[in-house]
Amino acid sequence: MPRAWVLGDDVSTDDIIPGRYLVKRSPEELGKHALENLLPGFSSRVKKGDVIIAGKNFGCGSSREQAPLALKGAGVGAVIAESFARIFFRNAVNQGLPVMICKGVKASFSTGEEVEYDLVRGVVRNLTRGIERKAEPLPDFLVSILRAGGLIPYLKSRRKE
Amino acid sequence: MAEKLLARKAGKERVEPGEIVEARVDVVMMNDITGPLAIESLREIAERVWDPSRVVIIFDHQMPANSTEIARDHDMMRKFAREQGIENLFAEGICHQVLPEKGFALPGLLILGADSHTCTYGAFGSFATGVGSTDLAAAMASGRLWLRVPESVKIVLEGKLGRRVYPKDVILQLVGEIGADGATYQALEFQGEGVRRMSIGGRMTLCNMGVEMGAKTALVAPDALTRRYVEKRARFPFKEVRSDPKAEYADERTCSLSRIEPQVACPHRVDNVKPVREVEGREIDQAFLGSCTNGRTEDLIEAAKILKGRKIHPRVRMLVVPSSRETYLEALRLGVIERLVRAGAILGPPGCGACMGSYIGVLAPGEVCVSSSNRNFRGRMGSPEAEIYLASPATVAASALRGKLTDPREV
Repeated sequence: MPRAWVLGDDVSTDDIIPGRYLVKRSPEELGKHALENLLPGFSSRVKKGDVIIAGKNFGCGSSREQAPLALKGAGVGAVIAESFARIFFRNAVNQGLPVMICKGVKASFSTGEEVEYDLVRGVVRNLTRGIERKAEPLPDFLVSILRAGGLIPYLKSRRKE
Repeated sequence: MAEKLLARKAGKERVEPGEIVEARVDVVMMNDITGPLAIESLREIAERVWDPSRVVIIFDHQMPANSTEIARDHDMMRKFAREQGIENLFAEGICHQVLPEKGFALPGLLILGADSHTCTYGAFGSFATGVGSTDLAAAMASGRLWLRVPESVKIVLEGKLGRRVYPKDVILQLVGEIGADGATYQALEFQGEGVRRMSIGGRMTLCNMGVEMGAKTALVAPDALTRRYVEKRARFPFKEVRSDPKAEYADERTCSLSRIEPQVACPHRVDNVKPVREVEGREIDQAFLGSCTNGRTEDLIEAAKILKGRKIHPRVRMLVVPSSRETYLEALRLGVIERLVRAGAILGPPGCGACMGSYIGVLAPGEVCVSSSNRNFRGRMGSPEAEIYLASPATVAASALRGKLTDPREV
């Protein structure tokens, strides 16, 4: 079961992936440096599918799309935050990284607790504590983009139809 | 103003905040950090860009290349430009300075840039917003992109700035009041005699930092000063848009310029803003004068006024990076570069300089930098244990002179 990694407010794209790593690299290479200033050792400890739980304004700052790519490359399954900076939110969906807005989510989790979420219904559960929080369900077309794995695969699949 | 502009680009009579529209794009811009990903994505969905004359490629973050990886990225982007017939590839300064200079930032246009500070072009009355590489690829393929119509917030600037107080101090104070996410998804519209009196550069400084409050765009209605700037440069026909007298705003705020004093954003948050005098005396190791916020000729002039005939503090490295070749030439002609270099400053090639921590002027653990740029996030300029204070060019120069954070009115 995915575990939570709890972060604070205003996590910037510089926190997610520092500027010096922004030359063209694979998601896996970027992932090795994901959140390295904020959570040293994160990339070696995170398990595939783990969920970032954060406060408000997650992903503020630079428009670098390497930020959601790095999280995906590290194995992060979704980011659930009180709110997101707008460019990061678009970039995450476009890269096929699920994002969900959920008020009060930060206080409902501690790092290491088990998470379950439903993007379509807009629900987040802390299985360790047995509590449930309502999140904002994603609009259908964003869910379709996420299911396709991002905007580019989505556009390609639509072209084929 | 934002709604009128987007309505026109979406081919509609009117649009409402919150509505999602598919808009026609006038200009798209990518730089050397966001371009490679955008090009890779474009190749997956289209063979050609929709209009090569409206695609602008800029090398600024790491130009000239400082690693083989970025050299490879530059090479890949040059080849892409040749293959697509894109003539607008510039490697002579920061995107947000070069696009206006080359006549791409014009009133009434919709400009998408794969760089968060794209909102700078709002200073010319364009709707300009930052997007990621994939959105840019989608826009390059079709000349269109879906956008959510933002709520508009009116910020009225009244009165006059005092001596050695600048548009940077105004926007820092506003970021402090509104907060790092206080304007998320909104369009900020600057109005009032205070903004009318500001230079084009000053208006660019204001709009540039709109994104530091989460704003989608920031706007200043075009006037005679705008027309004088764009008239000889314009690449495309354009039509000015300004707000209706009865326009409705989600929020309104008034700012009295005469009450503002020199401000500084303290580590590690852009909205951790205080008057310089409250943190005066903090010793510094590096002073950076440059960036898309404050690397223009007028910024270099203010610093040179303070440093003329003097020497910066022996412990301080001062790095001056003109925002473009045009800025550089103008500053050379005015003797500004010589004054700064004689004072002990190091001159860097036009571009982003020390702002992003991937090029020159990287900080060691424990070091303190005062910078005229726009972000002081932990680790932004090098070590996560370094500290960055954001301030006006005059505060940067005064602090370099004394070796500690200094109110520029005191030197």
